[in-house]
Amino acid sequence: MNLFFDLFVGGISIGACYALVALSMVIIYKTSEVPNFAQGEMAMIATFIAYTIMESYGAGFWVAAGLTLVFAFFLGVVLELSFLRPADNPGILGSIVITLGAEMILYGLAGWKWGANQNPFPIPFSEYSGFTLGPIRITEVNLWTIVASLTIMFLLFAFFRFTKMGTAMKAVQQNAFAAKAMGIPTRRILTFTWGLSSATGAVAGMLIAPIATLDPNMMLDPMLKGFAGGVLGGMTSLPGAALGAYLLGLIENFFGGYVSLEFKSVVAFAVIVLILCVRPSGLFVKHYEKKV
Amino acid sequence: MAVTFSTMSMLETRNIEIYYGKIMVVRGLSLSVEEGQIRAILGANGAGKSATLKTIMGYLDDQPDKGSIWFKGQRIDGMRTEKIVPLGIAFVPEGREVFPELTVRENLMMGAYIRRDKGVSDDLEKVFKYFPLLKDRLKQQAGTLSGGEQQMLAIARALMSRPSLLILDEPSLGLSPLLVSEIFNIIETINRDGATILLVEQNARKALSVADHAFIMESGRIVLEGPPEKLLENEDVQEFYLGMASETSVKGYQRYKRKKRWR
Repeated sequence: MNLFFDLFVGGISIGACYALVALSMVIIYKTSEVPNFAQGEMAMIATFIAYTIMESYGAGFWVAAGLTLVFAFFLGVVLELSFLRPADNPGILGSIVITLGAEMILYGLAGWKWGANQNPFPIPFSEYSGFTLGPIRITEVNLWTIVASLTIMFLLFAFFRFTKMGTAMKAVQQNAFAAKAMGIPTRRILTFTWGLSSATGAVAGMLIAPIATLDPNMMLDPMLKGFAGGVLGGMTSLPGAALGAYLLGLIENFFGGYVSLEFKSVVAFAVIVLILCVRPSGLFVKHYEKKV
Repeated sequence: MAVTFSTMSMLETRNIEIYYGKIMVVRGLSLSVEEGQIRAILGANGAGKSATLKTIMGYLDDQPDKGSIWFKGQRIDGMRTEKIVPLGIAFVPEGREVFPELTVRENLMMGAYIRRDKGVSDDLEKVFKYFPLLKDRLKQQAGTLSGGEQQMLAIARALMSRPSLLILDEPSLGLSPLLVSEIFNIIETINRDGATILLVEQNARKALSVADHAFIMESGRIVLEGPPEKLLENEDVQEFYLGMASETSVKGYQRYKRKKRWR
């Protein structure tokens, strides 16, 4: 029974990281219908910035994390302004290629600046000691990962639900033409979207780095899993995508623990393919057709 | 040619030309909308009515190709939509473009996006006076409303920005005759309460019944304009827009001859 709870906690914890990646992708996808494949590298660069601030300037973890969020926001803004804004109506395929291009550039930059070394990412929480509640043991890192992820999720949900800016972002996604007629500055909203998404991704990066190691490849796997989890839950719904990502983390971890560690990643994607055959728009999404 | 602009209309287009790619869809259009009036643009599909409205609203980048557009004495062609709307123009697009997954209330609040003042909730009440049924639907997602309700929501949403000029693109599109009458009654009431209105319509009879002045467009030009009484007397309008049969033509070339005279 202990194994069950360990796998459960581990699954939730990795699912929490996937969920943040999924959310950061959904934020952009929802407003512009662009699946942003540069998301992982954006988070990786931001995490390296946090690392540099701590290592080279001796700043504390929280200061570095705060500065990194600000940096990530502007990284997203700059990327949108320099890569997507100049493209005149690139279409889905065009935008995918643009984000892939951005991904390559960021990946190359990180390799040039920080090298392929695997660096330890220092955090003020222990990976080994933790808390025990009955049969459930949870390490400090896992606990903080889950708490941070849930907090960000809650903030994002509240932002989209209760603020004018959040509602405007949804409006732009649902009907950009009408949003313009309301005087909503659709382009500026899109740029802001990238900033917000990039900052969310940076949190994911800083949570993943201590579990894995910090190197230019660190976000490859989490990015794909986060994206897959998002698609599983439904890329048009924030809670849906987050739930899908949690589910993916759990499935993956349980399969790895009980059946086969080698096929851990394979089964996760097999499940996604199966579910998408049954519910193509995602598990937790309802859709309204436009009335003509 | 010397032109005097001493009496400025609320909205004026002066000789605008609009291109869709290489195709010229509007060829030197000059129209004006006087404050306090309802003015209508009539015309068949492809006459350039919607292109004109989109250009006025700043939707088409680098259009109009030639000419200028003026609103309350200020030149607005070349401005972005988000700059034009705060000047006091609201636009209800063709085909009731509501935000389907936002609630009715959120849709209305988005209509007030450009406003920073405190009067928004008062204006909600005002809008419910025109459209009482929206009040019961506030929490419902707009995509679940019927077509007529969506059109009402679209007009209500546009009013939330407190426009001095309301531009409507085919408000009667796809609505039952009873609903069309209701919508036009509301448009008249909105006008009586102070808003100037410019509407594009296919339903000529209905539009002429509320308008103070109408323009008839064909192939990107205004071919006829005037007060509705005058237009209603015109044989061509009767035949082509109101569907009144004139004496039967033996050879059937009458339509061709009539159209020819307009150009």
